[in-house]
Amino acid sequence: MPGKLKVKIVAGRHLPVMDRASDLTDAFVEVKFGNTTFKTDVYLKSLNPQWNSEWFKFEVDDEDLQDEPLQITVLDHDTYSANDAIGKVYIDIDPLLYSEAATVISGWFPIYDTIHGIRGEINVVVKVDLFNDLNRFRQSSCGVKFFCTTSIPKCYRAVIIHGFVEELVVNEDPEYQWIDRIRTPRASNEARQRLISLMSGELQRKIGLKVLEMRGNAVVGYLQCFDLEGESGLVVRAIGTACTLDKLSSPAAFLPACNSPSKEMKESPLVHPPSHGCRSTHNSPIHTATGSRLTQNFSVSVPTLIYTGMGSGSAGKEGGPFKALLRQQTQSALEQREFPFFTLTAFPPGFLVHVGGVVSARSVKLLDRIHNPDEPETRDAWWAEIRQEIKSHAKALGCHAVVGYSESTSICEEVCILSASGTAAVLNPRFLQDGTVEGCLEQRLEENLPTRCGFCHIPYDELNMPFPAHLTYCYNCRKQKVPDVLFTTIDLPTDATVIGKGCLIQARLCRLKKKAQAEANATAISNLLPFMEYEVHTQLMNKLKLKGMNALFGLRIQITVGENMLMGLASATGVYLAALPTPGGIQIAGKTPNDGSYEQHISHMQKKINDTIAKNKELYEISPPEISEEIIGSPIPEPRQRSRLLRSQSESSDEVTELDLSHGKKDAFVLEIDDTDAMEDVHSLLTDVPPPSGFYSCNTEIMPGINNWTSEIQMFTSVRVIRLSSLNLTNQALNKNFNDLCENLLKSLYFKLRSMIPCCLCHVNFTVSLPEDELIQVTVTAVAITFDKNQALQTTKTHVEKSLQRASTDNEELLQFPLELCSDSLSSHPLPPAKEHLESASSNSGIPAAQRDRCSSWIELIKLKAQTIRRGSIKTTVTVEKASPVGDGNFRNRSAPPCANSTVGVVKMTPLSFIPGAKITKYLGIINMFFIRETTSLREEGGVSGFLHAFIAEVFAMVRAHVAALGGNAVVSYIMKQCVFMENPNKNQAQCLINVSGDAVVFVRESDLEVVSTQQPTANCQSSCTEGEVTT
Amino acid sequence: MTSELDIFVGNTTLIDEDVYRLWLDGYSVTDAVALRVRSGILEQTGATAAVLQSDTMDHYRTFHMLERLLHAPPKLLHQLIFQIPPSRQALLIERYYAFDEAFVREVLGKKLSKGTKKDLDDISTKTGITLKSCRRQFDNFKRVFKVVEEMRGSLVDNIQQHFLLSDRLARDYAAIVFFANNRFETGKKKLQYLSFGDFAFCAELMIQNWTLGAVDSQMDDMDMDLDKEFLQDLKELKVLVADKDLLDLHKSLVCTALRGKLGVFSEMEANFKNLSRGLVNVAAKLTHNKDVRDLFVDLVEKFVEPCRSDHWPLSDVRFFLNQYSASVHSLDGFRHQTLWDRYMGTLRGCLLRLYHD
Repeated sequence: MPGKLKVKIVAGRHLPVMDRASDLTDAFVEVKFGNTTFKTDVYLKSLNPQWNSEWFKFEVDDEDLQDEPLQITVLDHDTYSANDAIGKVYIDIDPLLYSEAATVISGWFPIYDTIHGIRGEINVVVKVDLFNDLNRFRQSSCGVKFFCTTSIPKCYRAVIIHGFVEELVVNEDPEYQWIDRIRTPRASNEARQRLISLMSGELQRKIGLKVLEMRGNAVVGYLQCFDLEGESGLVVRAIGTACTLDKLSSPAAFLPACNSPSKEMKESPLVHPPSHGCRSTHNSPIHTATGSRLTQNFSVSVPTLIYTGMGSGSAGKEGGPFKALLRQQTQSALEQREFPFFTLTAFPPGFLVHVGGVVSARSVKLLDRIHNPDEPETRDAWWAEIRQEIKSHAKALGCHAVVGYSESTSICEEVCILSASGTAAVLNPRFLQDGTVEGCLEQRLEENLPTRCGFCHIPYDELNMPFPAHLTYCYNCRKQKVPDVLFTTIDLPTDATVIGKGCLIQARLCRLKKKAQAEANATAISNLLPFMEYEVHTQLMNKLKLKGMNALFGLRIQITVGENMLMGLASATGVYLAALPTPGGIQIAGKTPNDGSYEQHISHMQKKINDTIAKNKELYEISPPEISEEIIGSPIPEPRQRSRLLRSQSESSDEVTELDLSHGKKDAFVLEIDDTDAMEDVHSLLTDVPPPSGFYSCNTEIMPGINNWTSEIQMFTSVRVIRLSSLNLTNQALNKNFNDLCENLLKSLYFKLRSMIPCCLCHVNFTVSLPEDELIQVTVTAVAITFDKNQALQTTKTHVEKSLQRASTDNEELLQFPLELCSDSLSSHPLPPAKEHLESASSNSGIPAAQRDRCSSWIELIKLKAQTIRRGSIKTTVTVEKASPVGDGNFRNRSAPPCANSTVGVVKMTPLSFIPGAKITKYLGIINMFFIRETTSLREEGGVSGFLHAFIAEVFAMVRAHVAALGGNAVVSYIMKQCVFMENPNKNQAQCLINVSGDAVVFVRESDLEVVSTQQPTANCQSSCTEGEVTT
Repeated sequence: MTSELDIFVGNTTLIDEDVYRLWLDGYSVTDAVALRVRSGILEQTGATAAVLQSDTMDHYRTFHMLERLLHAPPKLLHQLIFQIPPSRQALLIERYYAFDEAFVREVLGKKLSKGTKKDLDDISTKTGITLKSCRRQFDNFKRVFKVVEEMRGSLVDNIQQHFLLSDRLARDYAAIVFFANNRFETGKKKLQYLSFGDFAFCAELMIQNWTLGAVDSQMDDMDMDLDKEFLQDLKELKVLVADKDLLDLHKSLVCTALRGKLGVFSEMEANFKNLSRGLVNVAAKLTHNKDVRDLFVDLVEKFVEPCRSDHWPLSDVRFFLNQYSASVHSLDGFRHQTLWDRYMGTLRGCLLRLYHD
């Protein structure tokens, strides 16, 4: 009995009228935890009852404390008939279980009913008394902190980053139980909500246990998802990165130390090699013995891609031996663990040594019920398989770890696509080894690693490349090799040097497929997948070139399966990395060169493309300093290269097939217009309209090239569903529809947020689903952040000037390298060896979908020191805030006396891990909520739009209420993980499920902090927090 | 490709002031889009008509959801569903309760009942204000009336407290409620030249001096009903015109004081008895509800029109009324000085306001 949960029901307000006769309500409250229920007195005839109850005390195991939610039900007392339920509040008490988080949950919670939505509010106070339990064999993991944030939380220091933790639990979906036929929709919805809440709690507890086993104290980058597998059940799964975190005592300590990289490294975490791997187990108590089990009886593993920058060249002179040493050491540390994966997307300085490229794996599975309850580990095996594949891909890239790792599923009927992706990387051995090696390596590291281009350098061995690649010497340090293009799933490292600004790049693709059943369906899908992956990749590459950029960050490719089509949507943030070579243009070639008008058309297109590239360069301020002609000399013709797509069927067969999907034998960036399809592609390239002036967008945490955020933020969710006309659907028509849908959605967003200009849409997250045959649903969540335009211009200007100076002074010494490299690339460019290597090295599929860009290419001599983006740079932001009080102007306006005394505190929400112009002082715990809303009066609620609009607003409200009750004033790393919408307009019905999560935090405005800290250097949190709440 | 569903939900609820105005003015989405297009917004922002349509729909949906809360503004402040900065909340409320001059003149003094609501069609046609907007304004009047109807304390304060309106708007509503409660006739042709502001001004003076609240602050309805006892007592003033000596004395006092100061002295001298009879008779008749309703008609007929036909300048009217009220204090035989002041103080203010073209 290690815990006592105490609950007090204070009052209610704005209750609905339950008694038509009196227009009033006789409300009382049931408080339930586990199997214990307490009731308050009935408060007669009031819509604002004051129960002021005693403390209800539950004496419970801490295991239950973690698993169970506190369930509060508000009812209307009825003497003669059954009491009517008004609504419920579920409170996750997990934040009360760790010492540094919240100590009390107290506040107004919306009373929620799955049929009627929010119906008034209830004021509740919850406390937990925990008794220390030293039982080593305990099942609970109280005290392990969870963070959705995919970087080290702002007020902590990572002592050790242990590594990957995962777990999944399965159960029957109450919606599909036989009892559902006789119970009310409300009862069924509530059963589902409660079950998922329970499963989430259990999952978190189990992950916590694994973390304790690894001797960690926290999970960072915690991502929990649920799969609604329909008939076959409900899966709740989670992944995260186990860490040992230390709370920083002084707020100044975590400022990035800009000028002492060696010091930074000492503060950086150690990756701790665990003595044993951790495997997930399934002993979920939720399992019902009689229920049917989940299983697979059919499975297709589909070919997957490795995206990297390609190039050709020879080994760097000093890079080789050092790299080998490095690999040896890190491998030994990381190979001990089953999956050297990290869900983090941003890292402490010095942690990331090299980035290899994106690795991804997909697998098509058939969901089926089986009646063998002793085999609950099917889902786990599926994921293990995929992770294994990812791991081997990473190895093929010469990397021993995968960062920015994430997993997702797409389910349609009985077919399920499992996807995993991440960025293959080499991590700093300094952080992977304890003590011993430290001394000898330290020197080398310090001279090699703190360079800002280090992560761009290839991790794989140039002489032994896993695929044909175009390599050049790094444009920054000129010592190491870099690829010409780099794709990653992580955020742009804070110390990376970029030129100009970044932008959101999306590849969109639809493919029709025949309706089919079971195996045939799964086979059809898995046959389509590689083509889709390849096309998505080509599109990304083309668009990147069109923007004049050379690297993608935050790449997320989503493949969605529907009844009769597959959709692919890739989003990423393109940037120009100073360390990588300048991308060449795109050249168009026609197939029938004799036709005069055709030629003309082609040249017209070519001109358009060139214009677009030039325009984009201007728009995104990409102006790498040009080097004068005599230094450059004439362009060196590059050998032609073929990009190849490799496909294999892992495990099920050892057969290795090779698919050549490249565009003939031309140079990779020659787009060949040989049929209408290709024409479409080129057209679609040009239809993407840049955002209106004053707007920028990206899907990463921060916008590369903008660093002077002001404090106004607006998080939003936008949902669109379109119905396709079912007549003569072709792939082209489908593509166009989908493309228009996304483009129009973006345009709408820009229009809606025009009052915030200049601003940037950050963390733009698109999710596609296919709820029905002819419906496409796109959900976007992002945050708009204002920035100070004037200052931005100034800084870039000075930086450009500086870099120009640098470049000119460096010209002399740069001269020799490119020549050397060019001769190398010509001589040592045999394609076959690399190919062989790939085929032999891996039975898994690796598709170097290489696209080269050498049409106009020669090696340019550039060395740049463009501006560095420093997210945490507090000094800059403070001055920004002083310089432009515009940001908060609206919020601070108190000119309207009647309304100024609003009692509802403002709670900010953002998908980012930080709040511009503010400092996070405390993490209060994870918010993970699941809601179902259903209606049988769709028309009366304003149709589907009215219904969903109200529901999403309600979800936001409930998240804010929970955060406020925890004593917080913001949610960071907020994500809407699922928004499943189903409608039946004929029956006037609709249902929606939403799953959201984030980290509840307390933040303090930097301006306030400064004032307070000058007055009272210590213990200023409390006062400034409240101040912050009032003024924001 | 048709859009089945299209929504945008911000953590902070976006309010577009222009769209809000269009919504309040009762335009349909289609009309609103057309009006927005005409405003040149597409050129300014480079948006398409489809974007505008989607944006307008979205705002309309938000306003529709907010409307329920706007019916009880304190709810808007305490609700959790829409996060709206206080300044925006104030704007939403203030604009929602704002009304059109043309509309309020049509219903001012009418009973806020179903019957009047049925006439909204005609009002809409007559004023050119959309029926939807008329309904909103009418419902606002009625809602405020219902809430403050049986409340104690100052009418303006009550309105302000329950509807969170600005001082100015709360005063206007007090006037509307006061007029509706006393059913003052304002629609007659000869009253058409008067603005809502004129009536509101008079209402405020009357609330301050002629209601129960003016003497006792603890009564229900105190600011809405006229003080019955006071109205009864006004009969006593009749002596001023009934007693010939008193009337003559009053006239001579006024004339002596104003001789040489008034441009229209001779007209005044000639008309004094008529004017005085008119003003005193209005007072004496106020015991009957019917005559209370006709107060403004009587004032215009018995005082404003005669003076206007003789082309009295406003300054002369002021001189006259001041002297007319003050001279009564010198009438030895007259005992109702306080009553006179309570009546004439307010009436003087009203008449001065009503006296214009």
